[in-house]
Amino acid sequence: MYTFSSKLKIVAFALMIIGFLGVGYGFLSTPSSVEDVKLMMQDSHDTHGEVATTHQVEAEVAGHDTLASVETETHSDDAHAEHVLHLLQNKPWSALYVALFFFFMISLGTLAFYAIQHASQAGWSVVLYRVMEGIAAYLPVGAILLFVFFVLSSLHMNHLFVWMDPEVVAHDELIQNKVGYLNVPFFLIRAAIYMAGWIWYQQHSRKLTLAQDSATDISNYTKLFKRSAAFLVFFLVTESMMSWDWIMSLDPHWYSTLFGWYVFASMIVSAITTIALVSIYLKGKGYLEFVNNSHLHDLAKFMFGFSIFWTYLWFSQFMLIWYADIPEEVTYFVTRFNDYRLPFLGMVVLNFVFPLLVLMNSDYKRVNWFIVCTGIVILIGHYIDIYVMIMPATVGEQWFFGISEISSALLILGVFIYVVFNALTKAPLLAKGNPFIKESEHFHY
Amino acid sequence: MSNKVIQAMYNDDDILMDAVKEVRAANHHIQEVYTPFPVHGLDKAMGLKGTRIAITAFIYGCIGFVFSIWMMNYMMIEQWPQDIGGKPSFSFIQNMPAFVPIMFEMTVFFAAHLMVITFYMRSKLWPFKEAENPDPRTTDDMFVMEVSVEGNEAELVSFLEKTGTVEIKVTEK
Repeated sequence: MYTFSSKLKIVAFALMIIGFLGVGYGFLSTPSSVEDVKLMMQDSHDTHGEVATTHQVEAEVAGHDTLASVETETHSDDAHAEHVLHLLQNKPWSALYVALFFFFMISLGTLAFYAIQHASQAGWSVVLYRVMEGIAAYLPVGAILLFVFFVLSSLHMNHLFVWMDPEVVAHDELIQNKVGYLNVPFFLIRAAIYMAGWIWYQQHSRKLTLAQDSATDISNYTKLFKRSAAFLVFFLVTESMMSWDWIMSLDPHWYSTLFGWYVFASMIVSAITTIALVSIYLKGKGYLEFVNNSHLHDLAKFMFGFSIFWTYLWFSQFMLIWYADIPEEVTYFVTRFNDYRLPFLGMVVLNFVFPLLVLMNSDYKRVNWFIVCTGIVILIGHYIDIYVMIMPATVGEQWFFGISEISSALLILGVFIYVVFNALTKAPLLAKGNPFIKESEHFHY
Repeated sequence: MSNKVIQAMYNDDDILMDAVKEVRAANHHIQEVYTPFPVHGLDKAMGLKGTRIAITAFIYGCIGFVFSIWMMNYMMIEQWPQDIGGKPSFSFIQNMPAFVPIMFEMTVFFAAHLMVITFYMRSKLWPFKEAENPDPRTTDDMFVMEVSVEGNEAELVSFLEKTGTVEIKVTEK
């Protein structure tokens, strides 16, 4: 049995407290009126005085389009300041949303990976089941936090989802056409259905594998096999719809037909990386003596493979839109290239180039510190991926990586660590009742 | 040093694996093992060095990648620039996204084909080459282990007989 070391507990609580204070500061320090914003903009204009001349040159080179927009900008200074105010007010909310979604996504991806292992009756991964169950235990907590967030959004506490604002919809024909799907009650009902289904499987699978440990036949196991297959069908449909609802609807005019897959790729690679990191941590602490380096090798292969899969989808989505160059589609990437160039292209380096080069060699996939280093880079990269999915729609060009962003991540990381490692103490770390346990223990490359 | 070898035949891969381990433990030199299918773990049991084909594959892939960049730049930017979909056709970097699938395919193409050719050359295989396996039954259901004879031949034969072999032949090579 695993015991939650007091050191790790202190780390988790420290993260939560620091994160909580930072998030609180983030909310309190947002400007509350147009006047504040104007003052801020005045300050930043003064400090950036020398940049202004180069801007002018660029504007002239870029032709009358930019000139026209510069003119309108000066004409409607008030409107601009109000716009900036809304974006800045969204910032702490968006930062929190990125963190909530990211850690929820890790536990959901782990649950999907776990279901795949059961549905495919995999032999190698049985020794890792309890680790996966531990990570998936964050799912109900994360789901409740996210649901509360959505309820707050629908009460207009924040303006992340512009289609929730009747003011906006009244002047927007494109959103009006989508109102049958994009309306607040239906949105919340859908979220509740997805979450209920996922939590049900998480609870049910946990119950069945614990029951299997002390069972004399494999009836629990076969039941779990069938439930897992059914869950995967439910998951693939709801995951796709979830990505439309929770992320794609932030840009209600834009759509991408492979968005569900794209989010899934991010999800599964982060999940497998987390499984590898938690396993290496537990093994380093002397638990999981039955996990050998062939198991870690397989996880690292998945990290490598799904990193490339993610890149494939990232690029497929980008290239088709770039090539077709249809205005309403291409705006999505124009904002990302203009305002988010560093995180948008930087994450491709973190999520693709780095794992590709580091994990390509077969021997490196069995070296723990290689997996840990790459794993941390992959997790940071996918955090930025989620960041770049959400932020351009909600805070636009007003983004920066500040206290709100960092402390939101720390807060939810603290909760995540506490819930996951607490769940790991609840059951023996070896699922000894599984019929494939011998195969898994003897697994070697 | 004589070129005499003993060919011990087995009819089961598990028995073969045990035999290989025993022969190696007794410090005899196994020249080659002929099997009708790849036997998992046999390379490790025989003490073969790890393959270096992965390294060549990486190098070939890099060559293909660089070649594709040169090729697309020559074809689409320098030699015959075309206006496709209104993309600026005089800049490689601005057209690069359209070339990525080609770069990928060329990397795979070079890595795969050159790797196969390397493998053939390294294992001395070419068209119409005569088969090296000592007994056609090794392509069906038999396994042959070839042990070189150093020192006492009769002793080695009696040693091999105890490893579960079904047939033993001593030949010159």
